[in-house]
Amino acid sequence: MQNSEESNEYKSAVKNLSFYYGTFNALKNIDMVLHDKKITALIGPSGCGKSTFLRCFNRMHDLYPGNRYEGDIILYPDNVNILQPKVDPIEVRMRISMVFQKPNPFPKSIYENVAYGLRVRGIKQRAILDEKIEDALRNAALWDEVKDRLNDLAFNLSGGQQQRLCIARALATDPEILLFDEPTSALDPIATASIEELIADLKDKVTILIVTHNMQQAARVSDYTAYMYLGELIEFDETDTIFIKPKNKQTEDYITGRFG
Amino acid sequence: MSKDLPRDKNYVGKLGYSYRRNLHERFIESILFLSALLSVFIMLAIIVMLVKESIVFFQHVSIWEFLTDTQWTPLFDDAHYGILPLVAGTVVSSLVALCVALPLGTIIAIYLSEFAPFAVREVAKPFLELLGGIPTVVYGYFALLFVTPLLQIIFPELPGFSLLSAGLVMGIMIIPYVSSMTEDAMRAVPMHLREGSYAMGATRFQTAIRVVTPAAFSGIAAAYILGISRAVGETMVVAIAAGMQPNLTWNPMEPAATITAYIVQVSLGDLPHGSLGYQTIFAAGLTLLLITLVFNIIGHLLRKRYREIY
Amino acid sequence: MRDVNNLNKLRKIIGRHKRWDLLFMITGIIALMIAILTFIALFSQMLIDGMPRLSWDFFTSFPSRRPEAAGILSAWVGTTLVMLVTAVSAVPLGIGAGVYLEEYAPKNLFTEIIEINVTNLAGVPSIIYGLLALGLFVYQLGFGQSILAAGLALALLILPVVIVATREAIRAIPIAIREGAYALGATKWQTVSDHLLPYSSAGILTGIIIGLARAIGETAPIITIGALTFIAFLPPPPITEEFPYISFEWLTAPFTVMPIQMFNWVSRPEEAFQLNAAAAGLVLVVMTLTMNGLAIYLRYRMRKNIKW
Repeated sequence: MQNSEESNEYKSAVKNLSFYYGTFNALKNIDMVLHDKKITALIGPSGCGKSTFLRCFNRMHDLYPGNRYEGDIILYPDNVNILQPKVDPIEVRMRISMVFQKPNPFPKSIYENVAYGLRVRGIKQRAILDEKIEDALRNAALWDEVKDRLNDLAFNLSGGQQQRLCIARALATDPEILLFDEPTSALDPIATASIEELIADLKDKVTILIVTHNMQQAARVSDYTAYMYLGELIEFDETDTIFIKPKNKQTEDYITGRFG
Repeated sequence: MSKDLPRDKNYVGKLGYSYRRNLHERFIESILFLSALLSVFIMLAIIVMLVKESIVFFQHVSIWEFLTDTQWTPLFDDAHYGILPLVAGTVVSSLVALCVALPLGTIIAIYLSEFAPFAVREVAKPFLELLGGIPTVVYGYFALLFVTPLLQIIFPELPGFSLLSAGLVMGIMIIPYVSSMTEDAMRAVPMHLREGSYAMGATRFQTAIRVVTPAAFSGIAAAYILGISRAVGETMVVAIAAGMQPNLTWNPMEPAATITAYIVQVSLGDLPHGSLGYQTIFAAGLTLLLITLVFNIIGHLLRKRYREIY
Repeated sequence: MRDVNNLNKLRKIIGRHKRWDLLFMITGIIALMIAILTFIALFSQMLIDGMPRLSWDFFTSFPSRRPEAAGILSAWVGTTLVMLVTAVSAVPLGIGAGVYLEEYAPKNLFTEIIEINVTNLAGVPSIIYGLLALGLFVYQLGFGQSILAAGLALALLILPVVIVATREAIRAIPIAIREGAYALGATKWQTVSDHLLPYSSAGILTGIIIGLARAIGETAPIITIGALTFIAFLPPPPITEEFPYISFEWLTAPFTVMPIQMFNWVSRPEEAFQLNAAAAGLVLVVMTLTMNGLAIYLRYRMRKNIKW
C-alpha cells in the first residue's frame, strides 16, 4: 500500500509506461505523476507521442486491434493499475473523461448530448438529469447561451460552443480526471481564450491533463508541464521551472524556439 | 517601334489553338456526351413505351375499373381488369420479405460495422456479396423445392405455392443488399463520434444504438427504402414459388400472383402483339414502375443527405 | 470523493450493459449464420439433386421431352452469344458515360438530371427492361425474339453498373495525376486515355464482371421478350466457309439461355425435370459465383497494390 500522504497528493502515477502500435514503439518508459486537482500540460513537437500518452489514461487504444501497453498507470485513491487487462476500460472511461481535438458533439440535441454520459450509466429520472445538465452547462460556461434552446441540434452551435458542450458532456458525470487532447486547435483565438479560462476555472473540481501544441497555452493554464520528444518524457516539473529554467538542454531548445 | 514587341496585341503566333486538335477533342467529347445522354433516352423510352401501350389499354378499360375492380382475369371470357389482386400479392410478398430482410440486414450491418473483428468482416462481406449475386431463378427453385416442403412440416395446410415461402426466400435474397448499404451508412459515421461515446464509458452496444445508428439514420432509411423497391420489383422468386393465379388476399399462406408474376405469365403464353392482353402487361408494368420510382427517388434523396452531412 | 458503495453500483451497471453487448454479439452471429446456412442449404440441395445429372452429355445435348436425355447445349451457347452482345454494347457505352460524367460534365442542371437518371435506372426492376425491349427492340425496331434483342435488353440493364464502377474507379485517381499530365501539355482526351483509363482499368473491369454476372442470371426480362423455351437447334455459326467468312445471322436467331432453361424445367411437374433444373442451376450458380469471386479478388488485389 502507498502511504496516505502520496495518495492525497497524487491522483495518478505513471510507472515505466511503454506503448506499441503493432511493432512501433510509440511511448518509451515514461515515469510521471498527476497531482490531484492540478493542471498538467503535455507539450512537444507533433508526433512526439503526447496524444498517444493521453489516450492511455482512458484506455482509448483498446478500441483498435494490435495496440499494446506495458507498465503501469496507477489511479489513486484506489491504488489500481488501470492498464491491467483485468480492469474494465469502460469503468476507467466512466471515471476519466476526455475532450477531443475536434469538437465532436453527437447528432442529438444539446440536452441529449450532455445527458449522454448519465444515460449510459442508466440514469433515467428527468429531475436528476435536468439538475446535472444545468450544473454541467454552467460549469462549462455555456448555460446562459443555450438555456433557451436545449432541444436544438448540437450541430447548430458555433465551434467554440460545441467544444464547451463537449466539456459539459464530460463534466456531467463528475469525472475524477479530465483529459484534453489539444482542445483549442480547431478554434479561433476568441473561442480559445474562453476555453482556456474555463479550464483554469475547472481545476478546483477535477484533475486535468491537457495536451497542447501551443507553448503559451501550457504556460498560461498549467501547474505542471511535461516535455515529450520521440516517445520519451524528457522533462517533467512545475510549469514555472520548465519555462523559466529548464534543466534539460533539449527542453530549453524547444521552449526558446531553437528547436528544428 | 521595337522589333521585340508583337505587332498587335491579338498576335499569338504558334501558341494559338490548334484547329485540328480542338476538333478532335470536341469530337471525342461529343461521343462521350452522347453515351451519357443515352441513359436519359433509356428512361424516356421506358416511360414512352409503357405509357403508349397503357393509353391504348385505358381506352378499353377505365382507370376507375382498373383501380377498384377486385378481379384480374384479362385472359378469361369474363374479363376483369382490376389491378388490386396483383397489388395485394405484391404487397403481401414484399411485407413477408421485408420482415426478414430489414431486421436481419440491420443486425448484420451493425454487427459487422461495430462488433465484428477485422477478420470476420473481411470474410463475411465478400460472402454476403456472393450471396447477393446468385441468380433469382435459383432462389425461386430453392423456395419451391426446399423452403415450401420445409414450411409444410410446420404448417401442413400450406399449399405448394404460397406468398409466404416466396416472401421468405426473397427476404433472404435482399439481406445482402440491405446490410451492405446500411453498413456503408454506418461506416460513414466519423470515428471521432464513436470515440466521443466510448470516452464517456459507453459500451459497444450503447455506442452502436445511441450514437452510430441515429447519426447514420438517413443512410439506413435509404437502405430500407431501396430494399422495399427491390422486393416490389422482384420477379422470378414469386413467379416460381407463389403461383401465378391472381388472388385478392392478404393471407401469406395462400398462393397469389404479383404484378411481376403476371407479366411473366402473360409473356410465357402466346398473346398476339397489339391485343388487349398484350397491353395489360404494359399497364401492369407502368403501375410497377411508378411504385418503384417513388421509392427510389425517396431513397436516393435520403442517401444524398447523409453523404452531405459527413 | 467516490465511496466503495458507489463504485460497486457502477460496476453492477456496467456489468448489466455488457450483457447487452454479449447478447447483441450473439444475435449478430446468428443473423449471419442464417444467411450462411441458407446458402449452404441452397447449394447442397442443388448439389444433391443436380450432381448425378451433370455429365458430358448434359452439356452437349439439346433439351428433350425425355428428361434423362435432355441437356443444356442450346442454353449455354445462347447465354454465351447473348453475353457477347451485352458486353459489346454495354461496356463502351458505360465507360464512355462514366468518363463523361466524371471528367467532362460541367456542373449544371442537365448533368444533374443525367446523374439522377443513372441512379434511377439502377433501381428500375429488371422486368421493366424486358417490357422496354419487347416494345422497342422486338416490335418497333423489328429485331424479333432474337439474341440481339435479348443482348441489348441486358446491356441496358447493366449499363448503370458499368457507369457507376467507371466513375468510382476514375474518382479514386488523385488530382495530381491529372495535373501532371496537363502540365506536360496533354489534352483532356490524352489525359483520359493515357492515364485515367489505364490506371482505373482494374476497377472498371471489376464493375464489368459484376454487371455481366448479373446479366447471366437475369431471367425476367428475357421471358418478357418472349424467348422460346424449347430450342433444339443452334444459331447459325458466326464464322462461315465462304467470303466474307463472318456472318451476323446468329444475331437474329431465336435462342434460349441458361436461366430460362432452368425456369422451364422448374415449372414442369415431373420430378425428373426438376433434377435437370437443379443441374442447370448448379452450372448457373458456379458461373455467377466464379465471376463475382473473380471481381472480389480483383478488388482485393487492387486495394492491396494501389495506394495513392
